Amino acid sequence: MKVTLKVWRQKNRHTPGHFASYQTPQLNPNMSFLEMLDVVNEDLASRGEEPIAFDHDCREGICGTCSLVINGKPHGPHRGVATCQTYLRSFKDGDEIIVEPFRARAFPLVKDLVVDRQAFDRIQHAGGFITVRTGSPPDANAIPVPKESADLAMDAAQCIGCGACVAACKNASAMLFVAAKVSHLGLLPQGQPERYRRVQAMVKQMDAEGFGACTVTGSCEAVCPKEITLDFIARMNRDYGVALLRGAPKKIAGGGA
Amino acid sequence: MNSMISFFKSSLGKKYLMAVTGILLFLFLIGHLIGNLQIFGPPELINQYAHFLHSKPLLVWGARLGLLLIVGIHISTAAQLTRENRQARPVAYAVPPVYGSSWQSRYMLVSGLVILAFIVYHLAHFTALLPGINGVGDFRRLETTLPGGEKGRDVYAMVVLGFQVWWVALFYLVAQGLLFVHLGHGLASMFQSLGFRNHVWAPRIAWFARGASTALLIGYAAIPAAIYLRLIGASHAEKAKHQLAVSPAGPRMFSIQTALSPLEADLSAETGKEAAK
Ligand code: HEM
Ligand code: FES
Repeated sequence: MKVTLKVWRQKNRHTPGHFASYQTPQLNPNMSFLEMLDVVNEDLASRGEEPIAFDHDCREGICGTCSLVINGKPHGPHRGVATCQTYLRSFKDGDEIIVEPFRARAFPLVKDLVVDRQAFDRIQHAGGFITVRTGSPPDANAIPVPKESADLAMDAAQCIGCGACVAACKNASAMLFVAAKVSHLGLLPQGQPERYRRVQAMVKQMDAEGFGACTVTGSCEAVCPKEITLDFIARMNRDYGVALLRGAPKKIAGGGA
Repeated sequence: MNSMISFFKSSLGKKYLMAVTGILLFLFLIGHLIGNLQIFGPPELINQYAHFLHSKPLLVWGARLGLLLIVGIHISTAAQLTRENRQARPVAYAVPPVYGSSWQSRYMLVSGLVILAFIVYHLAHFTALLPGINGVGDFRRLETTLPGGEKGRDVYAMVVLGFQVWWVALFYLVAQGLLFVHLGHGLASMFQSLGFRNHVWAPRIAWFARGASTALLIGYAAIPAAIYLRLIGASHAEKAKHQLAVSPAGPRMFSIQTALSPLEADLSAETGKEAAK
């Protein structure tokens, strides 16, 4: 099969970008979308043209590095699937496929389809961790965790931080990502001591990065390759409200001892 | 206090404000509808209700100022959120990603702005009683004798005469439609913003939003629709109408012609002709 690619090309942040059309060489329908780009790039390189820059790493749907907005949908046509796991058999011979980078002020463009998603790292640094060492895996049931909480925490922990939620949201909001990270630790016993401080710190950093707010359209959960749900955003909102009610910790007089 | 301010300045806190003001407005809409539905009873019912409200200026003005504050917060927060949300995506997509989102959720600002235009008109129409904008005449002249023997405003006749004008009825119906759109999304969204939602409650909340927005639509739209179709009040309005033309002596009364634009004078002449037939 062959397809026509309409791809966003942009040398760097400071030069304006544009769409360029490429007719692909003969392709195998069982190639992944990224393998198709590899083939196109080889073809471009052999003609002395600059290859298309795109992000990728594991190519098995677990690292969150691949991105791309394919025909208006981050990570391509399927639900719960990342770009690297999207195959050409999902398209038809002769299709025109429009490929754009994730677009958000907080994800500045690096080149062509590559954007800088370090804003997510900074949000994680603000509170997406447990300060003390939790040690090696404890004996089973040494710390009881209700099964439902463990299941929910696992659902949230699936987030691979790809940023598709931001790309899909009409407000370029990072709520789904932050909610997943807040909930994942907030549902487990080890995450309790810093639960409310964490949500405040991460939301503060999220706002500072210039992401939008949530209008509850549901686009994010529709494109999430790990099918994280909007329920987690409600959980984050709840924790944020509770954090306000709890207030700042009581001042300790005398400095202890 | 500091933590309060930083809370309501954050993106999540602004959504709390939207949701809380949204709930209060929704509760007001329910109360207002129950009051308005009295139009389906005899004229004395709503006239007495109106008389009762006006005899309690503290209550009325308290409610008005409270509502003004709530609407003000709702709108100014909506404006801030809209600005921030737009700034968050400076370069638009060639193919806009609309996956998984309902169109109601994408048009909250549009539906909100139409509701705002409606609120302004509605206040000028039935609260400030500006004579030039209703297509009928000076509603302030409509008087009736209340069951208690006192003189009072004939609110029943005012509403009926008001909605017999086709473009007024149509505008009210359009606004109710957009309120339905706004609340179809908003009533579900506000639970999410306040953190009240999980996999058990999400479907129930969706049903609540659908049910409540539909009930409000039916309730509110029934009034102008029934009046325009002359199902209620036509004979009472006919009797009350003469008060608009014959001005009782009084300092603030003025000729109806000066109050109406030529177009509206035409319109009232038309309705007059029809009535004569
Ligand atoms: C009777 C009048 C109104 C009622 C009952 C109402 C109710 C609501 C509710 C319940 C929400 C959902 C809040 C949330 O997502 O947490 C909402 C959102 C919204 N309202 Fe209203 N509203 C009214 C009037 C208006 C007006 C006059 C505007 C004018 C601009 C407006 C603009 C908005 C916008 C833009 C949102 C979405 C905010 C966002 O999620 O980004 N609303 N409204
Ligand atoms: S490349 Fe790792 S998730 Fe797609």
